[in-house]
Amino acid sequence: MSYISISDNDKRAMLESIGVGSVEELFNSVPEWTRVKGELDLPGPTSELELTRIVSGLAAANRCADYLTFLGGGAYDHFIPAVVDQLSSRGEFVTPYTPYQPEVSQGTLQVSFEFQTLMAMLTGLDIANASLYDGSTGAAEAALMAHRVQGKTKLLVSSALHPQYREVIRTYFRNLGIALIKLPYGRDGRTDIEAAGRLLDGETAAVLIQSPNYFGVVEDLAAFSALAHGRQALSVAVVAEALSLGLLEAPGRLGADIVTGEGQSFGIPLSFGGPYLGFLATKKDYVRQMPGRVVGMTKDVEGRRGFVLTLATREQHIRREKATSNICTNQALCAVRAAIFLETLGRHGLTELARQNAAKAAYAAAVLSSVPGVKKKFSGPFFNEFVLEFAAPWAEVEAGLRGRGILGGLDLGRDYPELADCALVCVTEMRTREEIDGFGRALKEVLS
Amino acid sequence: MNKSPREPLIFEVSGPGKRALELPPLDVPEEGGLLAGVPLRKEVEGFPEVSETELVRHFTRLSQLNYCVDIGFYPLGSCTMKYNPKINEKLSALPGFASSHPLAPEELVQGNLEVIRRLEKLLCEITGLDAFTLQPAAGAHGELTGMMIIRAALGKRGDPRKYVLIPDSAHGTNPSSAHICGYTVKEIKSNENGTVDPAVLEKEMTEEVAALMLTNPNTLGVFEYDICRIAEIVHAWGGYLYMDGANLNALVGIARPAAFGVDVLHINLHKTFSTPHGGGGPGSGPVGVTRELARFLPVPRVVERAGKVVLDFDRPDSIGRVRGFFGNFSVMVRALCYILTLGPKGIREVAEYAVLNSNYIRRNLEADYHLKYGTPTLHECVFSDKYQKESGVSNLDIAKRLIDYGVHPPTMSFPLIVHGALMIEPTETESKRDLDIFIEAMKAIAGEARENPEVLRAAPHATYVRRLDEVQAAKNPVLRWDAGS
Repeated sequence: MSYISISDNDKRAMLESIGVGSVEELFNSVPEWTRVKGELDLPGPTSELELTRIVSGLAAANRCADYLTFLGGGAYDHFIPAVVDQLSSRGEFVTPYTPYQPEVSQGTLQVSFEFQTLMAMLTGLDIANASLYDGSTGAAEAALMAHRVQGKTKLLVSSALHPQYREVIRTYFRNLGIALIKLPYGRDGRTDIEAAGRLLDGETAAVLIQSPNYFGVVEDLAAFSALAHGRQALSVAVVAEALSLGLLEAPGRLGADIVTGEGQSFGIPLSFGGPYLGFLATKKDYVRQMPGRVVGMTKDVEGRRGFVLTLATREQHIRREKATSNICTNQALCAVRAAIFLETLGRHGLTELARQNAAKAAYAAAVLSSVPGVKKKFSGPFFNEFVLEFAAPWAEVEAGLRGRGILGGLDLGRDYPELADCALVCVTEMRTREEIDGFGRALKEVLS
Repeated sequence: MNKSPREPLIFEVSGPGKRALELPPLDVPEEGGLLAGVPLRKEVEGFPEVSETELVRHFTRLSQLNYCVDIGFYPLGSCTMKYNPKINEKLSALPGFASSHPLAPEELVQGNLEVIRRLEKLLCEITGLDAFTLQPAAGAHGELTGMMIIRAALGKRGDPRKYVLIPDSAHGTNPSSAHICGYTVKEIKSNENGTVDPAVLEKEMTEEVAALMLTNPNTLGVFEYDICRIAEIVHAWGGYLYMDGANLNALVGIARPAAFGVDVLHINLHKTFSTPHGGGGPGSGPVGVTRELARFLPVPRVVERAGKVVLDFDRPDSIGRVRGFFGNFSVMVRALCYILTLGPKGIREVAEYAVLNSNYIRRNLEADYHLKYGTPTLHECVFSDKYQKESGVSNLDIAKRLIDYGVHPPTMSFPLIVHGALMIEPTETESKRDLDIFIEAMKAIAGEARENPEVLRAAPHATYVRRLDEVQAAKNPVLRWDAGS
């Protein structure tokens, strides 16, 4: 099966029209000695029915669904309303290219404009772009942008920023001669603001703080923003759990100059880490330094409202090596999903959903930390994730829980050796009270 | 004039109290002191309140304002807008994939890791390279990854070098990606065939040059006939040959980039391997390298050990992560499905029919449209508006008029070495009938350009919106809705 629509008769007619005897002749410019001799060593062809069997087998070899899960850490199990899958899977959204011809792309363009508006409202900033790859590359792009705006050579990065986001930032910056300075965290699980005060100087381009941070703890963004602004640095807020924006005050209103993050929580399945949805919002003044595509409103020759890709002079296809980013294809279809999700939840629904997450996490933290041998590690306020410390090594606790059908949390020891006996636990609206109570009972058994 | 009603912004149909989703009642006691001391919001000000009916109609009507591959021919050069098989959409969304958490224990995601391992292996066979990473989220991300690998390898030898050579026909992402890697870009002029001339390259190549980034076939659709000689020159100076594989569709099953002497290659699963473009992503930009460079690939690597597929983080020379988790996983599932469906013969037919279709269009339009380079082309061809310019008609006018004929326009004004370019890539999945409709439309437009140029300059005529004021959009950007606008 090769999805070819040319019959043998068509092929003969076409070859005749071109004036060659065979398709082979059309490849004369490819040197003979570089050619594949015979056929490639590939499996298939495979019929649709056989393919369904093979790939369903691979899907079934994943066993996550057999477990009650409390995993978060930048990828969240949230409810996806039926309208999200139904509408976003329409061929008209799935199969167009980037909307370079606006007259025949008003659907994608208007949805992008609505998405930009929703993200600007959520982050409390003037404008948002049409998407970036994911939260990790979003954080790296935000750091690069801060460096462009400020032209300074130092970045302060919280150690409570998602470890994988920090790794990506490190990769992006390894050839640019910019120092990345790690800020420690304190007993409350918040980034140490006094240390930030000591490390922040005139050469600092920005301070990057994730809130809620990797430990689930809500940071004092207003304080970090004030500190950064006091030394002419930018305040960059990173949001890995975008649902928190429904309940926590918008980072832009707390002084953040750039807000970037991961929008997976907005109607995008876990899907083993991708495709996800990077977003980036900022103040009007910085719009021309912003990475990624952006859609603007304009009028057609008859005065009717329409939408176009705009500010392209920032982008690589115009500016080449002087572009604000090399990004081209981004995550447009994921942004469509997020727009449908956010408009479905609406003005009160998103806040209510976020509140339920916070309430369930608070309930779970109380239930679990009342188990002998378990305590909450950090005292800071948290959204839907929190860190627990155990009287036994986490690997043992994890195995015991797994034997009881529970994925109880994420190991922290790999990225934070000092937290070897700790785990990051996430509770979303998907977990019922009964399930949380069951987790508590299982934990008691494991630790007794 | 188009009389269809205008689709409002969702914010304009919002009304207090309407809702499109009911949440279950909260089943845990809510503490009074929830998030004490943290500034909270009571609602998201400005967010819409609509019913489910309104919401569904809004997005359905918006979708109908898009042209797409499912509707018709989409000859965007360099973009490879082939048909996106439906079964791949269905299988990539299977609950076993969709519900798997990226940080779940390896034993519980063996199916996913096996998808990655198999796809990497198949891409090695198709390209002849020794190792692949699937972490990059799109083509440009792959370029960045590939150039970082080259920089790391040179750095390991003692000097990362200063320059990267890029032909003037290249995609804009190439210079931009090289720049983020800390390199200064030097442009190489194409010769009269539209290709890189080994003699020119010999003059530019020094021991300060890290790499040549070369698209092959290039953006004119021309195979770089001297590629093996080019590789020798670059290698003789200790540099690396980077191939932009955006146009791999012309070569699959015919020739393998490794045979050209390519050291690093990125490909686009959303082009050659049929995963949908989604109106601008998600894509996936895997990077393949030679054995020598494999140790620099991003971590984690997916490897087989004792019958299990595991993640290997212990790669001291790795450039590090380029993206969180594993990349755009469900795009990989689609690409795997595609390769399995086609098999070795089907994969070769992709290139054969892509090249046949493109040459059929070229042959049938070359009397009506100017072809700057007479060099033979593979999967795409680049015409210009030179003949039509005589009646004051530009490539933009031609593109917009095509919309009136029910066809999506080709890529415009690229590559930069062809003034007024119209870059046409039909792909292998189109029928002769659709190609003929396109050819007839293009011929009719060439006639209109001579006899009635005004109808072109005012096109499109029957669309939902007509030509939009892009200058005003950029000058006074309105990038979000607010109640006053």
